[in-house]
Amino acid sequence: MVDYGRPTPRRAFRIGSIALQLALVVVVVGIGYAAFINASQNLAHANIATGFGFWNNTAGFDISQTLISYSSSVSTFGRAFWVGFLNTLLVAGISIVLATIIGFIVGIARLSSNWLVARLAGGYVEMIRNVPLLLQLLFWYNAILKSLPELHGSLTLPGGALLNNRGLFLPRPEFGARFDAVTLALAIGIVATALLLLWAHRRQQRTGAQPHVAWPALGLVVGLPILVFVVAGSPLIFHPPDLGRFNVRGGIEILPEFAALLLALSIYTAAFIAEVVRAGILAVSVGQTEAAHALGLRQGTTLRLIIVPQAMRVIVPPLTSQYLNLIKNSSLAVAIGYPDLVQVFAGSVLNITGQAVEVIAITMAVYLAISLITSLAMNLYGRTTAIVER
Amino acid sequence: MTVQTDMPRLYLRSVWVPELPPQRTQRGPVSWLRHNLFSSPLNVALTIICVLFIAWVVPPLVRFFVIDAVWSGTDRQACLADAQHPTPGACFAFVRTWLSYFIYGFYPLGQRWRVNLFFLALAFGIVWLLRLSAPRRDIGAVYFFVVLPILSFVLLSGLPAIGLTSVPTSLWGGILVTIVVATVGMVVSLPFGILLALGRRSDMPVVKLCAVIFIETIRGIPLITVLFMASVMLPLFVPERFAPDKLLRALIGVALFASAYMAEVVRGGLVAVPRGQYEAARALGLTYWRMMALVILPQALRVTLPNIVNTFIGLFKDTTLVFVVGIFDLLRTIEAARADAKWATPTTSIAGYAFAAVFYFICCYGMSRYARGVEARLARAGRR
Repeated sequence: MVDYGRPTPRRAFRIGSIALQLALVVVVVGIGYAAFINASQNLAHANIATGFGFWNNTAGFDISQTLISYSSSVSTFGRAFWVGFLNTLLVAGISIVLATIIGFIVGIARLSSNWLVARLAGGYVEMIRNVPLLLQLLFWYNAILKSLPELHGSLTLPGGALLNNRGLFLPRPEFGARFDAVTLALAIGIVATALLLLWAHRRQQRTGAQPHVAWPALGLVVGLPILVFVVAGSPLIFHPPDLGRFNVRGGIEILPEFAALLLALSIYTAAFIAEVVRAGILAVSVGQTEAAHALGLRQGTTLRLIIVPQAMRVIVPPLTSQYLNLIKNSSLAVAIGYPDLVQVFAGSVLNITGQAVEVIAITMAVYLAISLITSLAMNLYGRTTAIVER
Repeated sequence: MTVQTDMPRLYLRSVWVPELPPQRTQRGPVSWLRHNLFSSPLNVALTIICVLFIAWVVPPLVRFFVIDAVWSGTDRQACLADAQHPTPGACFAFVRTWLSYFIYGFYPLGQRWRVNLFFLALAFGIVWLLRLSAPRRDIGAVYFFVVLPILSFVLLSGLPAIGLTSVPTSLWGGILVTIVVATVGMVVSLPFGILLALGRRSDMPVVKLCAVIFIETIRGIPLITVLFMASVMLPLFVPERFAPDKLLRALIGVALFASAYMAEVVRGGLVAVPRGQYEAARALGLTYWRMMALVILPQALRVTLPNIVNTFIGLFKDTTLVFVVGIFDLLRTIEAARADAKWATPTTSIAGYAFAAVFYFICCYGMSRYARGVEARLARAGRR
């Protein structure tokens, strides 16, 4: 047998490919090295420290909204980082809930058989999607919330809440000693409902009969805690905020920056979620509904058992990327001064320490970690809901 | 019993009866209303709620933005409440006064024809490239991606050698900067996006790894951090005397960001090209680059054109973020003009924001209509 060796074109291709990859490595490493050398020279020139030592230094600046205890005189830059991070999570978390609710309602409304409802929903989506988020944010903050009345002309809302250009002040709840009983009743109600549902499911599997669980479940989850609340003597008092001479005392303060960011993020993302939901529902073919009806399922059951599970498989991946977009967009907080991660850390901390490389790297790492965790969870979800082919 | 073979044919028609119009309940506005607005109790309730909502929202808006709006005036007095106008509407007189600033920023008055010429050249390039029936779109691409950037740079930045005085970027502003940022983002992101997408689908491990790391890192972080990085870290990474100017830094940030997103869009198009096309091109003996340039990319880009346009809409809206690193784009010029004490009225801000909103809406909505048109055309072509 004659050994022909490997065909030349293939080998040429291999060598070319290896050379290309080597060249790429050299270029990337070269740029990285040059950047490193320049950066260390420039930093030494400007007398800026390097390394992460600043983390434990005293911050010395104030933050307007803190979920954990923080004071400018003793707290460290590290503490400031956590304050900003929690503020980001707070505004993003609440916005995600609101955006999902609005988005699902609008998305379903766009498919309504009612012409007016469908048009209104369509108008909302087109109007919101085609205007930049930052513009909407500035509109809510500067044109609406900042032009509310001054302190002394505060609007009084039902329940004693105050609204002025410094924010919304809600009554502060005070939980009495016996409020624990209500919490306990709620927990018992939830556990009992879970057991009830389990029993109903077992019974349906065994006998085919469907026990009515809706009213007992409602009674257990809502009725029982209310009953206990009344029996315990209403152990919950609301203290409305007081209008002082120079500020508002008491009450829960919601900053206008927070409210503006919440409004803008929820309304903007909801328009995108509406489109995702609409596409997801349209992706389930009409034949599925017809087949379900032919099997004798009712409208509600068809929706719950046939349409929604299939639509969710289409909806959830793009929905997650909308959630990620929302989290990333919450960094626009910096434009109106809401103390989120970027404003506190990549803004104040960077300006004070001047350590741009470290600060930006940490900020990026946080967002990257959020993205990676979410996409991991997404892959997991995709795997569990994938169609099992026979 | 006899079979009725000779049944009288008296009752059988020999001519067609003219067709009757459909029933009254099947057509006309009344039927339309019944089908689309009042088909069920729930729909009746929804219709009533919607009508009430519209009656609640629309008249005040029309009054504020049209009937009571102030269109002319020289200072804030025109937009303040007085005996004649107890409830003044949006102060568009402010927008009219500042309009040239919103379009050109502080670009020197005598040189503004250069900006207009740039707008024209750009519009020409966009139309040439996006009209699917335009002739020689390959030359159009060369014009758009090679000629136009050089021409624009010379026009806007100036070249004293040919008599165009140089205008520093600190004087640029408004819509000019918005368009420049968006255009640079598009012109850079498309070729880089294609390279990155090819890299990501390459079977060379190092190339693939670099592309994946770049794309996923950029897509995982907010544009603001990319812009911060470009504006704070970039000057550190180059020798001090080469420190790029402020606008250029923002442009680099936007271009990097847009490339990563464009790469994913192009990759979607590459995946959509059937395997047989790759194999056929290989079988014909085409090299990798010729295969990509002549067979794969033309098909991939055509399929993904609506997505490219949608990405560009996102990029266009994202250009507002350069605001945060101190570039005077349209939004920032409005913020600056808003602070003018001469025009400080309660309705000034709303008028300014409304102007910007209309500008962005027209641009973005126009692009999205185009994308939908192309999509429908592709769907028709696919069915054939």
